[in-house]
Amino acid sequence: MTGGAPALAVRDVTKAFSGLVAVDAMTFDLAENEVMGLIGPNGSGKTTMINLISGAFGPNSGSIQLYGDDIAGASATAIARKGIARTFQIVRILPSLTVLENVAAGGVFGHRRRWGRELEEEARHLLDKVGLEVSGGAPVSALTYIDQKRVELARALIGDPRVLLLDEWLAGLNPTELKTGIALIEALRGEGRTILIVEHVMHAIRSLCDRCVVMNSGAKIAEGTPAEVLADKEVIRAYLGDDDA
Amino acid sequence: MDLIIVGLLLGGTYALMALGLQLQYGVARIMNLANGEVLVAGAFGAFWFYTGAKLSPFVTVLVVAPAAFVVNWAIYRYLLQPLVRRAKSRGHLEVDSILATFGLAFVFVGIMLAVFGGEYFSYSYLETAFVLLGERYALNRIAAFAASILLCGALAFWLNSTRAGLTLRAVAVNPASAGLVGINVPRVSAQAFAIGGAVTAAGGAMLSMFLTFDASIGVIFTLKALIIVILGGVGDIRGTIVAAFILGLAETAVATLLDPGLTLAAAYLLFIAILLFRPQGLFGRRPS
Amino acid sequence: MTERERRILPICLAAFIAAALLPLADDGYWLALGISVVMYTTLATSWALFSGPTHYISLATAAFFGVGMYTVGAWVGLLPFPVLVLIAGLLGAALAAVVGLATLRLSGVYFVIFTLGLAELARQVVSWVQTTMGTSSGLYVLTDITEPIIYWSLLALAAVIYLIGWRIGRSRLGFALRIIGNDEVVAVHCGIGTARAKVILFVVSGCLAAVIGAIMAPRFAYVTPTQAFSPMLSFQVVIMALLGGAHRLWGPLLGVIPFTIVLDLIAANFPNQTALLLGGAFLLIVYFIPNGVAGLIENGLRRGRSRA
Repeated sequence: MTGGAPALAVRDVTKAFSGLVAVDAMTFDLAENEVMGLIGPNGSGKTTMINLISGAFGPNSGSIQLYGDDIAGASATAIARKGIARTFQIVRILPSLTVLENVAAGGVFGHRRRWGRELEEEARHLLDKVGLEVSGGAPVSALTYIDQKRVELARALIGDPRVLLLDEWLAGLNPTELKTGIALIEALRGEGRTILIVEHVMHAIRSLCDRCVVMNSGAKIAEGTPAEVLADKEVIRAYLGDDDA
Repeated sequence: MDLIIVGLLLGGTYALMALGLQLQYGVARIMNLANGEVLVAGAFGAFWFYTGAKLSPFVTVLVVAPAAFVVNWAIYRYLLQPLVRRAKSRGHLEVDSILATFGLAFVFVGIMLAVFGGEYFSYSYLETAFVLLGERYALNRIAAFAASILLCGALAFWLNSTRAGLTLRAVAVNPASAGLVGINVPRVSAQAFAIGGAVTAAGGAMLSMFLTFDASIGVIFTLKALIIVILGGVGDIRGTIVAAFILGLAETAVATLLDPGLTLAAAYLLFIAILLFRPQGLFGRRPS
Repeated sequence: MTERERRILPICLAAFIAAALLPLADDGYWLALGISVVMYTTLATSWALFSGPTHYISLATAAFFGVGMYTVGAWVGLLPFPVLVLIAGLLGAALAAVVGLATLRLSGVYFVIFTLGLAELARQVVSWVQTTMGTSSGLYVLTDITEPIIYWSLLALAAVIYLIGWRIGRSRLGFALRIIGNDEVVAVHCGIGTARAKVILFVVSGCLAAVIGAIMAPRFAYVTPTQAFSPMLSFQVVIMALLGGAHRLWGPLLGVIPFTIVLDLIAANFPNQTALLLGGAFLLIVYFIPNGVAGLIENGLRRGRSRA
């Protein structure tokens, strides 16, 4: 690839909403083939950070580079085409489309483009891979919550993204589903995908992530392996408050 | 000078009409395409009372506005709330409410045509001249302007300084959070929609003093009110009033300098400018 | 072509040929009604090409239609008729592009508002141009184009529109629009240039409406701005398309036929009550048949199949 440049390099990124600073001078790298966790208490700015990377909106200042290519402030469309795919905190399916079309939607206009038979085959292949055992022609609204999440993941994967952003993809799953979900991301990791995960499920973070960045009030407060950051005093204080530190 | 005063006088009455729509769109989140018909109904009310019983439009307002309040409340409660409840998303509700209120607009036009017929209507009230800065203006325009500004002021005061007004503004900013702090959002929305209708009908009664109207002219006023609301910024009372004056001035300028038949072109020019340069409205913050 | 399409094709061809025989059978009331039906079918179907998948309600059909009609009125006699139709299409496309570029980047509300008054704006501007240039208040359109020719032209155009619709339905553009209609946020994150896709389809739809207006012009010996840019036309087209079902290519046709006939009856017997009819139709659609007749049929079929 581009001679050693990290897959994603975030530098001094700041975003404020009418005075409220949601992301404050964030800086971190995501290396190729790395699975990194972005964690922090509720409202710490994780989802905003994901939205800045995926181009849902642009930062006020700072730079975000995808393999050395500055994408900060570019449109979501352009960023998707450059190879960043994402899932949403609250699952977003396309209700009037079939399951297969829902998956195919991600593979026509984005990073890796297919059409016709090739697209359909890839969509089926991915449905299989994310473990969805319904016929592709079924209406997507009839699916269970985890199956909708699977569809969303397949939609993100079909464009063969260079960086995959998972925004609380495991949230809302029951313990059995959670196991399946973790195994699924584990499999993606095995393929060498570059993934940024926002997650509250700590044991998932421990088992999946090479490294973690911890956010609080919009700023980075710690960075390191999951074991390191979860032992960090400031991280504990951020999660539990001063009294327990 | 003359042009500016006439423009401002027109703008004042427009402000009243647009504030009505602003309440309906900003608080109840319904883009009411039947707003202009409510205005025309108000105008017909004023016309009817004046020609039938020699009642001054300023008295008629006291009948027309409460009547419009009741009708609009019923429309919201029985026709629009079911749409709000069944809507899966904001976009879905938008399409539904556009079609439903547009249908209502035609129903109103149909009813007014059946009652009053298809002719143009006007009546002469306070047609004496009033001298202002050395120029003569029709007293009815001045009176309509004064009454409109008074009503706008009262409304703005009510919204900004009373508890009920605060509740309305809370729903306008964020219906979900307003619900969380114990505000009965459906009830407040219905109130806002009804008050909006009453204000618009009052605007219609004022406009009828100096404008000629017919049963099917409502859509033009709907369009003007919508453009004013967008120009001023959704949810922004001050912006709406300023925008109404801008439209009043622009229309008067076009009518005087070019051709009275081109007033809609003036509105569209403003609209295009705002779409290209400030879609969030004059004073609105750029949405992130 | 799929198996199902191959089965349906002969039926469509037969219906088309049967429709084409109408002027040979009658050249009075039925031909006039036939022209209305085909005109509204072409207008409603081309409206639904854009508004069906995106759910952006365009209220501007009359503006495009009027542009087409006025193009013919302005240059008839100077240029051959087919050239005029072509120019009309280009002007319609240009107008749609301007409207689309100004509004379709933003939320759907702006689009609806902009289209709501567009026909009236066009009427004001055209009237003003005519009066300031000192000509009369209308234009003569004197051609040797007869009613059967208009009917056949419209019918041929209908076939073209169905082909375009079918082709778009199978294309990436059509897929993109269905995704946009479902969830615009997902669409942009899938890499779809949403504004561009919407503008392209709106341009196609506006161009077709202008062509239809141009073809219809010779039917009126004298066109005035009020007649060419009648906003009612826009509203009727919206009702017909939604009544039939805008989510299917064949849907609008199912709304056009009953509504044209009912409208014709009401207009003939109670001319003042067409507004009530239109209003009632809008409310009927919103509250009782949101997916139109096509939706009712599809539900019926689905229920029948699940029972079998």
